Amino acid sequence: MAKSITQEFVKGLWEEIPPFRLVLGLCPTLAVTKTIQDGIGMGVATTFVLVCSNVLVSAMRNIIPSKVRIAAFIIIIATFVTVVELLMQAFTYPLFLSLGIFIPLIVVNCIVLGRAEAFASKNAVMHSLADGMGIGTGFTLALAALGAVREVFGSGTFWGTPVFGPSFHPFSFMIQAPGAFVCLGLMLCIMNLVGKK
Amino acid sequence: MRELIKMVVVLTVLSAFSGGLLASLRNGTKDKIEYQQLKFVKGPAILDIFKGATNNPLVDRFKLKDGNVERSFFVGKLNGKTDTVAFESYGKGFGGDIGLMVGVNLDTNKIIGVGVTTLSETPGVGSRAKTDPGFVAQFKGHPLEETFKVKADGGQVDALSGATVTSRGVAAGLTDAGLIYKRLKPELEKKLKNFSTKAVKTKKGEKNG
Repeated sequence: MAKSITQEFVKGLWEEIPPFRLVLGLCPTLAVTKTIQDGIGMGVATTFVLVCSNVLVSAMRNIIPSKVRIAAFIIIIATFVTVVELLMQAFTYPLFLSLGIFIPLIVVNCIVLGRAEAFASKNAVMHSLADGMGIGTGFTLALAALGAVREVFGSGTFWGTPVFGPSFHPFSFMIQAPGAFVCLGLMLCIMNLVGKK
Repeated sequence: MRELIKMVVVLTVLSAFSGGLLASLRNGTKDKIEYQQLKFVKGPAILDIFKGATNNPLVDRFKLKDGNVERSFFVGKLNGKTDTVAFESYGKGFGGDIGLMVGVNLDTNKIIGVGVTTLSETPGVGSRAKTDPGFVAQFKGHPLEETFKVKADGGQVDALSGATVTSRGVAAGLTDAGLIYKRLKPELEKKLKNFSTKAVKTKKGEKNG
C-alpha cells in the first residue's frame, strides 16, 4: 500500500486507462461506441458495477476462501450488473434498447473481474473504491472519445446534433465494426506516441 | 473439512443475499419497467392508431383473461366517445413473430388502425411492414371479424412485393386478432361502459375541485 488514495484514482485516467493501456474490455469498447451517448452510458454502467464490486470484494477479502474466490466475485459482479440492468430499464429505457445485450455482458468484462482479482482482493476498502472510480472514469472517457470520433465522422453528428453542413456525406465506414478497429488502433497509436515522450 | 464448510457457507450466504436483493429490486421496478416498455415499444403504434384521442390510451388500459393468457387493452376516446380499443396479436413472419397492435371500434366492429410493434424480418424487405405506412393503412375500415388472406391466396390483402411470407404473417395476425375480439367482445363492452362512466365522474370531480 505504497500509493495514496488519490494516486490510485489518478492512475486509471492515464497510466492504466483500460482500453488503451491495459487493452482490456475491448468487446464493449468496439461494439457500443457508435455514438457518444452510448459510449458514456456504457461507461457509467460499467463504472457503477466496478465501484460496487470493488468495494464489496475488498470488504469481504478476508472472509472469502481463496479456492472459491472467482465464484464469489462472479456472484457479486453479476448481482450488480443485474441491478444496473433493472435500473436502466426503469429509468433510461431508450439507452437500454440501444446498448442491448452489452449491459448483461458487463458480467464477463475483463476489467471488472480483473480489478476484483488483481486489486480489490488485496487492498483496503478505500483504496479499492478509488481504484474502481479511477478505472471506471478512465473507461468512460475512453469510450466517450472513441464514440465522439466515430459519431462525428460516421453520422456527421455530435450528441445527436449535426455538426457539418447539409452537403456532408457521412463516412459510414466509421460506424461499422471495421471502423471501430481502425479508430481504436489509431487512438492506441497516438496514446503510445504521446506516452513515449 | 473446516475449509469445505466455510466455502459452502460463504457461497450460500452470498447467493441468498444476492437473490433477495434482486428479487426485491425487481418487484420495486416492475411497474415502472412495464410502463417504459409500453411507452417505447408499443407506445408509438398505439398513439398512431388513436390519433386525435382526448385521453392517454397508455394510461387508460386494462387487462382481460383470455383462456390462460392475460391480454392488455388500451382504450381510446375519439370524438367524445370511448368506443375504441387496441390490443396486440401475433402472426408468424419470416424471421419470427410479428407483433401487431390492432385498433377496433366496438360499435361498427371495424378496424380503425393497425400498427406493427415488434418484428425481426429481413431489413429492407419484410421490415417494410413496419416502415411503409401504406401497407398497414390498407386494413383501415375492414371489419375485424373477416379472415384475412393475401391476394395470392385468394384474399383481400395487398402483399408487400418480395415479402409474401411477412404479409401472410400480418394477415394471420389480424385473423387471430379477429378471433380474440370475437371471444372477448361481451367483456370488452362491459369494461368500456365502466370507462365512460369513470371518465364522467372524474370530470365532475375536477369541476368541484
